[in-house]
Amino acid sequence: MVDRARMKQIYAVSDNIISSLGFSSQENVDALISGETGIRIHDEDRLYNQPLPLSMVSTGELETRFRAVLDIRKKDKPADFFTRLEKMLILSVNDALNCVDLKLNDPQMIFILSTTKGNIDLLEERFKGRFDHKRVYLWATARVLKDFFGFTNPPLIVSNACVSGVLAIITASRLLRSGKYSTAIVTGGDIISEFVISGFRSFQALSPSACKPFDQKRNGLSLGEGCGTLILTSSLHYSARQTVNVMGGSVTNDANHISGPSRTGLELSMAMDKALLESGLETGSIDYISAHGTATVFNDEMESKAINLSHLEEVPVNSYKGYWGHTLGAAGIIESVALVASMKRNILFRSAGYDEEGVPEKINVIRETVSSPVDRCMKTASGFGGCNTALVFQKT
Amino acid sequence: MNKLISSFVYIGEGKVFVNKRLIFYQEKIVTFAEFIKALYRQEQVSYPKFHKMDSLSKLGFMAAELLLKSSNRGRYQADSLAIVLANSSSSLDTDMIYQESIRDRLVYFPSPSVFVYTLANIVIGEICIRHGFKGENAFLVSEKFDSGQLMDHVSEVFDMHRAEACIFGWVEILGSQFKAMMALVEYENAVLAENHGFRPVPFSQAAINDLMNVN
Amino acid sequence: MDELIDKLKKEVIAQLNLEDISVDDINPDAPLFGEGLGLDSIDALELIVLLEKNYGIKIEDPKDGKKIFYSIRTMAEYITAHQTKG
Repeated sequence: MVDRARMKQIYAVSDNIISSLGFSSQENVDALISGETGIRIHDEDRLYNQPLPLSMVSTGELETRFRAVLDIRKKDKPADFFTRLEKMLILSVNDALNCVDLKLNDPQMIFILSTTKGNIDLLEERFKGRFDHKRVYLWATARVLKDFFGFTNPPLIVSNACVSGVLAIITASRLLRSGKYSTAIVTGGDIISEFVISGFRSFQALSPSACKPFDQKRNGLSLGEGCGTLILTSSLHYSARQTVNVMGGSVTNDANHISGPSRTGLELSMAMDKALLESGLETGSIDYISAHGTATVFNDEMESKAINLSHLEEVPVNSYKGYWGHTLGAAGIIESVALVASMKRNILFRSAGYDEEGVPEKINVIRETVSSPVDRCMKTASGFGGCNTALVFQKT
Repeated sequence: MNKLISSFVYIGEGKVFVNKRLIFYQEKIVTFAEFIKALYRQEQVSYPKFHKMDSLSKLGFMAAELLLKSSNRGRYQADSLAIVLANSSSSLDTDMIYQESIRDRLVYFPSPSVFVYTLANIVIGEICIRHGFKGENAFLVSEKFDSGQLMDHVSEVFDMHRAEACIFGWVEILGSQFKAMMALVEYENAVLAENHGFRPVPFSQAAINDLMNVN
Repeated sequence: MDELIDKLKKEVIAQLNLEDISVDDINPDAPLFGEGLGLDSIDALELIVLLEKNYGIKIEDPKDGKKIFYSIRTMAEYITAHQTKG
């Protein structure tokens, strides 16, 4: 058994969300409380030849806010030096940094970027010659952030399909716990693009209306874009704050199929069990699960099986995909920020889009947003390539 | 307990080394597709799914195939062998192929079998499926090969008994430029004294750097 | 019909990257999924693309796929009944 007493505490001390629902964690959480969804029908031919439900960041607001940050930080590069994704990422990190007092060039600090496709829109004809061709590389995006903020260490980039965000947080917590670094800025982002829309379309994976995770009538996912940032530290300077600890996490692989999830949910269940074991917690102590819940027939089915295999079927569970859509590389982080808010405010958010039981194994889907003590929770994610992740948080 | 690099594979400059022994060499200039198919046939691999993979997955798959042939990994449980891979271009090679398929709205046939490979971690998925690996896994990206980052990540994967052994490496391809290095790290009590003429070396950043310099 | 079946076999082999399979290996009445060629869910989606790309036939409901793609012959029959190009 793990000796928790001797292990370092990893505190989540600041965060941000940039999405269709707002440009700060506060704005986004307020939207969750009022039950607002960011998924709207968009009709943009550049993205797809038919109207499609998408969760998109307001371009106008993005540009205005970004220019303001450039001004405040007295940056000499013009706004159009930066790509859409980079603007979102910079705004997200900037906002999260406003709540903590960090030395940006601290050698004990690591910046971790989570993204699936990065600046993939730069492959389009309309961007030919606009940006240096190297900007499509994920490390180039991370470098833009590093240079902007003046971080010392080379960034770490995690690109592991839809589990990237949770994996980035797990990696950060491990590096902090081992003492390699004392602070980690973990940021995830992905944009909506023709590339990704057409791809998911070819998989028949997109729902014609806003997605309905775990629901009987679910018929696919809704894509979203955005950024999430979570700042983690082991520095005792923050130990007095009322905050949330990252306890432990695990990563597994289905070893079954590159795009379809395991039919048994065994490997996701293994990740959940291992995360609990590492956290020194019993199954019965978990108050809430923020599941992956993409609203595809097979994913949600698999998750219901995994939750039951791990004996967590009574635990209130939701998916945030009905609010933000599936934000891919940002999902794990945006949804973890929501989970942290859930814990701080003792609120369980309704699983948006859910009306009727629709998965083979019974799970306890949150139907209405309610006040409830939330002290220990779990975040899960699964993705293409058969990967699964589970992460446990506990209130200090 | 100490960890050792017990075997490794290097593929680059038209050559393939297993534990420092040259086992394959293309004298004439061939495309990557021809190179990897010739390697697949020489090694007498029988895995029809191979032909559906993109270049990145074929490269990683063959490196793992060679690595595991020469190792004693049968002793490990499905969930105790981890895999950590990295590269510089992620899935850009396939991304460009996919982008081309959606460039023209009049000839617009996005292929799901190409799209699925526009995620670099799929190479890990293919290796896990082939060998039944269910443990820790991660795909990282860095501008250049970064032995420090790999070392850190692999060390974390061994911590707290998350894994008993770990495959780590670099699998990079863009067009005709390709390079792969894949190695197996195990606890010293699991390792044979010598592995087909290769002396296992202590797992360190310097040792990792050496693996990339075998040619 | 035989000509179409032969053409279809070649197209399926190409579209699905069935490298080690030849036209003679495919029995036009044998099930494509399950045993036989060992096709999976991605292959099923690719066959939908094949039908649209080569024959101009759009399959709106993927659930129809099970019947249409049962065998090479059922595919050929569907194409004969619905094709708009090729």
